[in-house]
Amino acid sequence: MPTYRKWFQPYVGPYDPCPPLGAVAYETPVQLYLGFQPAGMEQYSPVQALSYGTLWPGLYTPYTNPFNPVNKGADS
Amino acid sequence: MIQPNQPPENYYTDLQALQAIDFTLVELTLYLDTHPNDLDALRQFNSTAQKSEELRISFEKKYGPLRQFGHSYSSYPWQWSKPPWPWQV
Amino acid sequence: MWYYEKKLQYPVRVSTCNPKLARFLIEQYGGADGELAAALRYLNQRYTIPDRVIGLLNDIGTEEFAHLEMIATMVYKLTKDATPIQLKEAGLGSHYVNHGKSLYYENAGGESFTVAYIQSKGDPIADLYEDIAAEEKARSTYQWIINVSDDPALNDSLGFLREREIVHSQRFREAVELIKEEQGQKKAY
Repeated sequence: MPTYRKWFQPYVGPYDPCPPLGAVAYETPVQLYLGFQPAGMEQYSPVQALSYGTLWPGLYTPYTNPFNPVNKGADS
Repeated sequence: MIQPNQPPENYYTDLQALQAIDFTLVELTLYLDTHPNDLDALRQFNSTAQKSEELRISFEKKYGPLRQFGHSYSSYPWQWSKPPWPWQV
Repeated sequence: MWYYEKKLQYPVRVSTCNPKLARFLIEQYGGADGELAAALRYLNQRYTIPDRVIGLLNDIGTEEFAHLEMIATMVYKLTKDATPIQLKEAGLGSHYVNHGKSLYYENAGGESFTVAYIQSKGDPIADLYEDIAAEEKARSTYQWIINVSDDPALNDSLGFLREREIVHSQRFREAVELIKEEQGQKKAY
């Protein structure tokens, strides 16, 4: 299983005017890894699919605000 | 304070049931666009389309037409222009 | 031709009266990577793409109009009961003076929508890569809006729209695979 969020640390310069914010997150969602969708993937029920925004759990890659302290350093 | 309009009981749950079925159809349509030979998905598409039609017809009987240009029937007087519109509920 | 359906694709709820958020949401209404640009981009490309992917462009382009209506619903709900003073405080003062409460196809910076946002190259690979990029850019825009919005109900609808960008990107990537296949060979998927 790939992770869907990565982090990188921007260079901290000696004269940066603001205190460093720390690592920066970027998203790497499932479409970067899935390839051509195979037939017969597991499905959500119609009501679940609507609430998740996709019919297939294998395509669901939710997002949380990485600036929220509880998400800091976590893979999405 | 002006009292808000109150849509009939079950309006929101009936609407959501239809949105859910129709969303499955959106997903299956896009999937079949790139997987035209997936027979299982095609069968699921056709049976879901039938279910959607049944739900839509019963929804329209209760709350009025969803489609126009002749794709939904109307009772008298002309029901189409009656609120609420989707952005109002 | 097209038929309208008198329902949203996904229920839109807004939990707090915060017209400031409308200012951000308008980016996805009339911005470069917004839903209007997406719909027009895909529908316009249908005429010069191989037959096997026309259906996909047609259907994703059509779905984008349903998303445009969801964004419009959010903006409408956030601004309909705001006084001119509240709009001014929300940073929408110049919008109000120019447009009243009507929606306008503009980006979050107040620049009018322009067709120059839409690329149209007539080269199937260039166009589909453009579409994949457009979906990834729209996905990021939703992430940035979620990062600045503290409205849980609104973020729920935005999460739905963001997930749709992922599915569309997936389908466009599959479309590239379909049209780059060796001709005359049938691949079983």
